[in-house]
Amino acid sequence: MSSKEKKPRQPMPPLSVWGPAVALAWLVPGGGHFLLKRHGRATLLLVSILAMFLFGLMMRGEFLKPQGGDLLTILIYYGGFLCNLLSGIPYLMATWLGYSQPDVAGAVHDYGTKFLVTAGLLNVLAMVDAYEIAAGKKS
Amino acid sequence: MKVNLSHFEAALLFSLFTSIVLGVVTKRTDRERLRYGLYCFACFVVALFGLGWLMYLGHG
Repeated sequence: MSSKEKKPRQPMPPLSVWGPAVALAWLVPGGGHFLLKRHGRATLLLVSILAMFLFGLMMRGEFLKPQGGDLLTILIYYGGFLCNLLSGIPYLMATWLGYSQPDVAGAVHDYGTKFLVTAGLLNVLAMVDAYEIAAGKKS
Repeated sequence: MKVNLSHFEAALLFSLFTSIVLGVVTKRTDRERLRYGLYCFACFVVALFGLGWLMYLGHG
């Protein structure tokens, strides 16, 4: 049998199986893995994503807010806002505690903004991984 | 608290954290994860030096 043959598509598992893990993975980086008892991987995810986020804050990065304009502006600002939001509780806490950094010129601030956005993107990867583990597609 | 990192330090930190997460989420065994994480980090560092030299030489 050829290995390139298409596997039959598996039905999606019910929401109750993967929902809590993915929701917790969104709120707390690595939280989904903790819930699924993958403590080692969960710790690595928590430390890496949180450190990325905290360095972003300490470099005085900007939280992007939805902003209209041309297509590129919309993509950057709406996408950036979504990525910030996907960091979960760290973003919500920082906003709630009043972190607000205006967009200023400078490489360090720019790096900070990218660190904050990337922390959210890395958390998305952690959420997808938590989904795959919870759904039994991965150990 | 504010940190002032150089381009190199910031890019290195970015590479480190990203490589760890990519290593953790993509592979199936711990050995594969470690290898892939190190591979990603090496790729980041090579790209960092490569682009750095490219910009230096291109700048004249």
